[in-house]
Amino acid sequence: MTLPAADILAILPELIVMGAACLILVLDPITPVSRKEWLAWIGLGALAVCAGVTASQMGVRVMAFSDLVIIDPYASFWKLLLYLVSGLTILLSLAYLKEEAMHLAEYYGFLLLSLVGMMVMVSAADLLTIYLGTELMSLSLYVLAGIKRAEGRSLEASAKYFVLGAFSSGILLYGISLLFGITGSTRLSAITAAVHTRSLDDPTLLLALILLVVGFGFKIAAVPFHMWTPDVYEGSPTSVTAFMAVAAKAASFGAFMRVFLEGLGGLKANWHGLFLIVCVATLILGNVVAIVQTNIKRMLAYSSIAHAGYALIGVVVAGHATASSEIRSLGLSSVMLYLAIYSFMTLGAFAVVALLRKGGLEGEEIEDYTGLAKRQPVAAFLMLVFMVSLAGIPPTAGFIGKFYLFMGAVRAGLTWLAVVALLFAAVSAYYYLRVVMVMYMREPEASVTVLPRLLVSPPLAIVLACALAGVGFFGLYPDPLVALAQHAILALK
Amino acid sequence: MSSFPLLTIIIFLPLVGAAALFFVKEQQARWVALGVTLADFALSLPLWFWFDSTTAQMQFTERASWITSPAINYALGLDGISLPMVLLTTFLTPFCVGISWRAIESRVPLFMASLLIMETAMLGVFAALDFVLFYVFWEAMLIPMYLLIGVWGGPNRVYAAVKFFLYTLVGSVLLLAAIIVLFFKGGHTFDILLLGKGEFTPALQSWLFWAFFAAFAVKVPMFPFHTWLPDAHVEAPTAGSVILASVLLKMGAYGFLRFTLPMLPDATVAFTPIIIALSVIAILYGAYMALAQADLKKLIAYSSVSHMGFVTLGIFALNTQGIEGAILQMVNHGITTGALFLCVGIIYERTHSRLISDNCGLTGPMPRYATFLVVFSLSSIGLPGTNSFVGEFLVLAGTFFWSKPVAALASLGIILAAAYMLWMVQRVAFGQRSEQAGHGTIRLPDLNLREMALLAPLLVLVFWIGLVPNQVLTPMHASVANLLDQLDQQEAAFARTPRATPDAVASITDHVSPVTHQP
Repeated sequence: MTLPAADILAILPELIVMGAACLILVLDPITPVSRKEWLAWIGLGALAVCAGVTASQMGVRVMAFSDLVIIDPYASFWKLLLYLVSGLTILLSLAYLKEEAMHLAEYYGFLLLSLVGMMVMVSAADLLTIYLGTELMSLSLYVLAGIKRAEGRSLEASAKYFVLGAFSSGILLYGISLLFGITGSTRLSAITAAVHTRSLDDPTLLLALILLVVGFGFKIAAVPFHMWTPDVYEGSPTSVTAFMAVAAKAASFGAFMRVFLEGLGGLKANWHGLFLIVCVATLILGNVVAIVQTNIKRMLAYSSIAHAGYALIGVVVAGHATASSEIRSLGLSSVMLYLAIYSFMTLGAFAVVALLRKGGLEGEEIEDYTGLAKRQPVAAFLMLVFMVSLAGIPPTAGFIGKFYLFMGAVRAGLTWLAVVALLFAAVSAYYYLRVVMVMYMREPEASVTVLPRLLVSPPLAIVLACALAGVGFFGLYPDPLVALAQHAILALK
Repeated sequence: MSSFPLLTIIIFLPLVGAAALFFVKEQQARWVALGVTLADFALSLPLWFWFDSTTAQMQFTERASWITSPAINYALGLDGISLPMVLLTTFLTPFCVGISWRAIESRVPLFMASLLIMETAMLGVFAALDFVLFYVFWEAMLIPMYLLIGVWGGPNRVYAAVKFFLYTLVGSVLLLAAIIVLFFKGGHTFDILLLGKGEFTPALQSWLFWAFFAAFAVKVPMFPFHTWLPDAHVEAPTAGSVILASVLLKMGAYGFLRFTLPMLPDATVAFTPIIIALSVIAILYGAYMALAQADLKKLIAYSSVSHMGFVTLGIFALNTQGIEGAILQMVNHGITTGALFLCVGIIYERTHSRLISDNCGLTGPMPRYATFLVVFSLSSIGLPGTNSFVGEFLVLAGTFFWSKPVAALASLGIILAAAYMLWMVQRVAFGQRSEQAGHGTIRLPDLNLREMALLAPLLVLVFWIGLVPNQVLTPMHASVANLLDQLDQQEAAFARTPRATPDAVASITDHVSPVTHQP
C-alpha cells in the first residue's frame, strides 16, 4: 500500500515537528554541552516552517488517512496557537535551563514530541487518533515534569503525574472501547450518526459518556479531576509548568470540544447538565482554593483550574440543549478566544516567575516578591499587567476573553451562570491582587535588596514582550483574534 | 469642528503623559504631570465655551467602530449632565498634582502616572456613549486607585486599598452582567442613547435596576454600602482623597442619571421610595457619624456620605429642581470637599497628624490657612452666598414636591452639617492650643505661595457658583428636561399615586427615627 501524497501533505506539520524532535535527539549525544542551546533553535525553526504550512491550510477542510485525520480551520486555529505557545516555551526554557544549569537537549526533543501529540489531538477525526495524541502528549510531559533529576519535588511531580495520568488514560480508553461497542466505530462521523437516534436510556452509553468526561476532565484539570494539578505544577520545572498550563490545556480543550460537540453532539441534552455542574464546581473550587496558596506556582495552578472553569462556560453554552447555530458559534469561538488570551497572560506570568528564579534563591513563594516594585520595577510592572489580565479587569485582554464568554452565557439564557462566574472573577481579583500588593505595597527586606540586578536574557525578553503585547493589544483591539476564532469554529450540524 | 477629535485628545492626553513619566526623573515627573494636567484643563475649556446649551443632543461627538462582532463603538459625546463632570475632573487633577508636590517623596513617577491614568479613566467614564466603553473606563480606574491608596497611603493602607477594590469590583461585575443582558434585550446594541430609548418589561427592569444599583450605590456610596469610604479616605494620600471625593463618588451618581433613569424608568419610579429612604438615612447617618469623629479626614469622609445623600435624593426626586440641584451639588461637593481635603493635607504635612485634638488653634500661627478653612467649611454647610447653598436648596425644593416630610427630614441634615462643621472649625481654627501634644517642636509656617495657589481658585469657584449659579445651571437645563421627558414618555403611570407617598414616608421615618432621636 502506498501512501497518497495528499495524506502526507495533510500531516506535513506533524511530520516536520516530529522530524525536528528526532533530529534533536540524534544530535544530542554528539553536541558539546556548550552548544546544546543551538538544538533549541532547530525546534524554533521547525515551528516557524509549520506555522507557514498551517497558515496556508487555514481555509482548507480535508480528511486524510481514511478519515482518521481531519484538517479544518478549527484544527488549524489550535495548531497555530500551539506553535506560538511552544515557541515561546522554548525561548523561556533557553533562559530557564541556563539559570538552572541544566543542559539537556532531550528536553527540547520531548517538548516537540509532546507538541506532536497535541497537534494530532486537535486534528483527529477518530477517537483512537485522539487517544494516540493524548498519550504522546502525556508521556512526553511525564518525562519533562521529572527532568530536574536531582530534585525530589520534580521527580515526585513526574511520578504523581504519571500514575494519575496513566489511570485517566485507561479510563478514556475504556470509554472509547464502550463507545465502539455501541456504535461499531471509532470514527467521530460514524459515532455522530449512530448516537443521533439514541438516548441515555442505554446504560452502556451512559457509562461510556461518563468515562469520556472523566478522561478529558483530567486532561483539562476540571473539578473533581483536578487533584494532580497543584502538586505537578509546583514540582515541575517552571518552563514545563507553563507549557502544561497553556499548551496541554489548549490541546485538550480542542480535542474535548470536537469529541463532545461534534461526535456526541446528538446527546448534548444529556451531557449538558453534567458539564454545567463540572463548570460551576471548577469555577468555585479553583478560585476559592487559590486564595490560600502561598506558593505562586500553586496559586497559578489553582488559577489555571479556575480558568478551565471559565472556558467550560463556553462549552456549556455551545452544548446548550436549545442552542441555535448562532449561540453555538458564540460559545465555541469564545472558548477558543479565551484560551488564546489565557495563553498569553499565563505564559507571561510564568515567564516572570522564571525570571525571578535565581538558582533556587527566590521566586516561588509569593512572599519572595515583597517590595519587588522597588527592586525590579519592570518585572513588577509586567507581573502587575499579567495579574490584572488574569483577574479579567479591562483594558487587558483577560477582560475581552471573559466578556465574550459571558456574552455567550447570557445569550443562551444562562444569565445566572454569568453572574456566578462574574462574582468568582471578583474573588479571583483578591488573590491576583495580593501578588500586586506584596510587590508594590510592602517594603523590601534589607537582606533581599543586596541581590544583584536581574539580567534578562534576550530569549526571555522576547517571551515577556510577546506576552505583554498579546495582553495589551488584544485587550485594546481584539478584532483580529475574534475574527480568527469565529472563522475557525467547528462546522457543526 | 465636528471632525476634530477634541474629546479623544482630552481623554488620552493624560495617558500619554503617564507613558512619558516612565522615562523621566523624580523632580521632572512632577513638572511633567503638572504640565499635562494643566494643558488638559486648558484643552477642556473650549468645551465649556463652545457648548450649545439650547439642545439636549450629545455634542462634540466622535464615533468609530472598535469591535465589530458584537458591535462595540468607540463613541464619545457630552451633554449638559456630563459636561460639568468632565470640567470638574480636568479642573481638579492639577490640584492633586500640586498638593502632592512635597507630600509624595517616594516613587514619584509611578504616583503621577497613576494619577494621570486615573484622569483618563474618569474622563472616559463621563464621555463614553457606548456601554462597554463606559465599563472599560469604569473598571480601568480600579488599579491606579488601588495603587494610589495602597502604596502611598497611611499605616492601614493595604486593608483600605483591598476593601476599596473588592467593594467596587463586586458592584461592577453585576453591572457587566446587566450590560450584557441589556444588549440582548435592547436590540443588540451597546449604544447608550439607543438603550435609553428602548423599552423593557417591568420585571426585567427590576432585575437590571438592582444590578445597576450594586455598581452605582457602592461608588456613590449610598448607605449601607459606604463602609469602604471612611477607610479609603483616611488611608489615601491627600491627592487620592481629593480624587475619590471629588470625582470618583460622582461617577455613581452619574451612573444613575445616565443609565438607571432613562433605561429603567418603570423600575426607577417603582423603587424611588427605597432609594429616597436610603438617601435620607445617608444624609442623617453620615452627619451623625461626622459629629463623632476625632480624625479630620474621617469627619470629611462621613460628611461626604451625607452630602452624596443629598445628591441621590435630588436625582430620585425625579423633577427638574431635584436633578439640576443634584448635578450642581455634585460639582459643589467636588469643589468644597476637594478643598477641605487639600486643607487637611496641608496641615498634615506640618503636624503629621489628622486628629482634631492635635491641630487646635491654628488661627494664631496660620491666619491665612484658618481663613480658607473657615470659608470652605461654611461652603460645606451651605451658607447662602456659597455654592452648596444653591445646590442643597434646589435638591430640597425638588424633594419638597415629592414629599414634604422627607424634605423636612433631609433639612435636618443641614442643621447637623452646621453642627459638625462649625464644631470642627471652632476647635481647629479657634481652639486652645494644647501644650502636652508637644507643639513647641513643630513649626507651623503659614501657607506658602504654592498652597495659596492651590486653594485660591477653589475659593473663587465657591463664590462664583454661589452668586451666579445660572452660569453652571444653564448648560444642563436642556439635558435635564430631556431626561425627564424620557421618563415621562416611557412611564405612562408616572403620576404618583397619593397613596404611595405616605407609605414611603412611614417607612422612612421607621428607619430614621432611632438615628434622629439619639442626638
